[in-house]
Amino acid sequence: MSDRHDEPRCFHCQEPLAGSKLTARIGARLEPVCCPGCQAVAEMIAGSGLADYYVRRTTPAPRPTAASEEGSWRAYLEPQVASAFVTRGAVVDSVDLLIENLRCPACGWLIERAVGAIPDVKTVEVNAGLGRARIEWTAGAPRFEQVMRTIAQLGYVPHPITEETTSRVYCAERRSMLKRFVVATFGMMQVMMFAVAGYSAELGGERIDATLEQYFRLVSLLVSVPVLFYAGQPFLTSAWNSLRTKSVGMDLTVSAALVLAFVASAWNTFVGHGEVYFDSITMFVFFLTLVRLIELIVRHRTSSVADALARHLPATAQRAVGDKVETVPVQQLRLGDNVIVPSGAIVPADGEIVDGATLLDESLLTGESLPVARRVGDRVASGSINTGSPLRIAVTATGSGTVLANIVNLLRRAQTRKPAAMRTANRAAAVFLRVVLIASVMVCLAWLAVDPKQAFAATLAVLVVACPCAFSIAMPAALAASTARLAKQGVLITRPEAIETLADIDHVIFDKTGTLTRGEIQLAGCEVVGTRSREECLAIAAALERSSGHPIASAFRNMDTAGLMATAIETVPGFGIEGTIDGKRYRIGIAAFAAELRGAAVPRTRESLDGTTIVLGDEREALAVFTLSDALREDSPAAIEKLRSIGIDSEILSGDGSAAVASVAKHCGITSFFARRTPEQKLSRVHELHAQGKRVAMVGDGINDAPVLGAADVSIAMGRGAALALAAADVIFVSERPSALAGVIRTARRTAKIARQNLLWAGLYNFSALPLAALGYIPPWAAALGMSASSLFVLLNALRLLPRQSARNAQVARTAPAALATSA
Amino acid sequence: MEILYVLIPLTLILVAAGCWAFFWAVDAGQFDDLDSPGWDALEDQETISTRDK
Repeated sequence: MSDRHDEPRCFHCQEPLAGSKLTARIGARLEPVCCPGCQAVAEMIAGSGLADYYVRRTTPAPRPTAASEEGSWRAYLEPQVASAFVTRGAVVDSVDLLIENLRCPACGWLIERAVGAIPDVKTVEVNAGLGRARIEWTAGAPRFEQVMRTIAQLGYVPHPITEETTSRVYCAERRSMLKRFVVATFGMMQVMMFAVAGYSAELGGERIDATLEQYFRLVSLLVSVPVLFYAGQPFLTSAWNSLRTKSVGMDLTVSAALVLAFVASAWNTFVGHGEVYFDSITMFVFFLTLVRLIELIVRHRTSSVADALARHLPATAQRAVGDKVETVPVQQLRLGDNVIVPSGAIVPADGEIVDGATLLDESLLTGESLPVARRVGDRVASGSINTGSPLRIAVTATGSGTVLANIVNLLRRAQTRKPAAMRTANRAAAVFLRVVLIASVMVCLAWLAVDPKQAFAATLAVLVVACPCAFSIAMPAALAASTARLAKQGVLITRPEAIETLADIDHVIFDKTGTLTRGEIQLAGCEVVGTRSREECLAIAAALERSSGHPIASAFRNMDTAGLMATAIETVPGFGIEGTIDGKRYRIGIAAFAAELRGAAVPRTRESLDGTTIVLGDEREALAVFTLSDALREDSPAAIEKLRSIGIDSEILSGDGSAAVASVAKHCGITSFFARRTPEQKLSRVHELHAQGKRVAMVGDGINDAPVLGAADVSIAMGRGAALALAAADVIFVSERPSALAGVIRTARRTAKIARQNLLWAGLYNFSALPLAALGYIPPWAAALGMSASSLFVLLNALRLLPRQSARNAQVARTAPAALATSA
Repeated sequence: MEILYVLIPLTLILVAAGCWAFFWAVDAGQFDDLDSPGWDALEDQETISTRDK
């Protein structure tokens, strides 16, 4: 992580400066920033007296995107649109927002401050954990648009939400889990107090006064009832359900052990002799509830944001009726409607272009990182971003009929077909439980024949000593510990089983876009073909591209224009830009477009249509050929190398053009790569690998990857990835460092190893103690102690997976941004 | 040791009271966001959410 400080990074977003000379004025000092977007946001934050944000934050700020720009929020001024999201009240109007990129409490603080400064705004409540905000303002004041715009200007992307359901469900679930956990904790402590009294007396060779002991037992029984039937209710319910569907799950074995131990203990309490196991029952419920609670929090933290992001479509559309254009909610669009898609907007519905030609960013649907040219008669899919000039489309499909919706369906199907994760523990526990049940019946019958008086005690001893408690905890304890460890490293596990499967992975598939690369277009090469120098060519290109909003222009954004100013700039969508500098006309764009200016005819090649090379020319000659590429993440080659060192093959399976994929593969040292793959082809490649007996992990981030992510054994998404992939992914890399992958797999392997040790220990204990108990050699108190000890051993073993204290301190030091040092 | 017959029910009542208090806190939303309120204490100015209350 030392590289974080080695190279200069942007003050605002902490990305590498990449040669940018821009600075932002923060108070009295000038801080380096990477792009004009970051500069604007940083100066706005400092200008509003909110520079404290840089001291408080624990994660870098989001880099402002096109969505942060002003125009797109104007729609929220329309009363009709606003009414779809704003809840009108007598005193206040309110709106619920889901805020993309909201990562730490400092972000929440920043938003509360900035939005709170808007006149009429009464309350701003930001929940950084869930990435949500609720804003209220004086009833009737038209503040909705301003609120949205302010948040967007800070670099976050606000989404108004009408459906409260997902988060309500989560909130209720979390609250009830917390209550159950507390009941289990209190109950466990109480019961343990009485149990310890009994145990210490027995260890000292004495017995507690019989009346007192019976009293302890009655109180323990009383306390155990809410613990088992309230705190443990989710397990009991799920066990009952699995019983009805005749499947044996982990919850069934757990519940069977709990219920049997409880019934036996309760019976013994009432008859007044024999062992009771309330301590074991309550402790067991406590641990189970703890594990479930942690699991719930981690899972929802990731999915609640993803859920709403899946609704990527804009809330409004501009419908053309006759000569007028009206803003309507997307739901009101009908087939055949004419919709205007402004530059920079997301296409709201599937349609056919009736007017205009443009470049569309379809990366969400196809994974293709470079925009594609589309003209009249072409079909456009909802979810694409119009990066060129305005379009008019005739709607051909809306809502569930769109391509986007079909991809979502494909994803759902793929998810149901997901290969079952390793269920060894559950299967073994289920088998073991059956063995124990049969054994206890046999023991009971045998003792009835030999010595009926001892039958019940011996049967109980068998049930208790063989209670697969340690066995059931073995897996979850190890998984919870490593989930916590990975979370500290910026890796979120959304499904605990993913760790088991990760340990077995021997093949990793990368989707090029956004996983190995940054997903931003950069200048890869500049070949001078004319009479001007390289510097001149770059300066001219930078001047021409300066005012363009096109993604390609971002490659030139940090270039020095050497004081050149382009005038009379004309953008020809799908072709390029023409402009005048010092009285000379220049064109930059695809080869044919540049050649036209000098009257030469250059045949259009596929390569040029891809937009991977563009040409700069003047009226006499071609000046330079620029090669554009999606820049490689700095640690991608290291990631592949590390994976190889632990025996894992990597391959690239991409929707991008072959030249681009080959170049990335070469730089990373990957020999196996496939370009221009459709989601279906990717899916069949995964099935093919499965047929070869490979265990496949898929690293992706485009929406088109979602079905493939679902089909792979383990799916991994990079933090900023498109919404659906996040929702479907088992593992999420918040750090966006592919090189962490090898470390994660190593941790997973260690987890699997510890889980195996735990299972082995628990199994050995259970199987060796079983015959002894059956023969009546183990007194029940020893059985109970043995059972607790084996559970404890298993837990302590699992705790070895937790990060050590020193490691945690290092983590804190690392996440505290450089800003702390600079502002101190 | 007869005092235990009084003390233990007393502890149980206390535990029940503790549970009730916790249930109340959970239902009142005290545990819904554990991160942001920590920052409010570091702030000199009154926060926007308390301004009009």
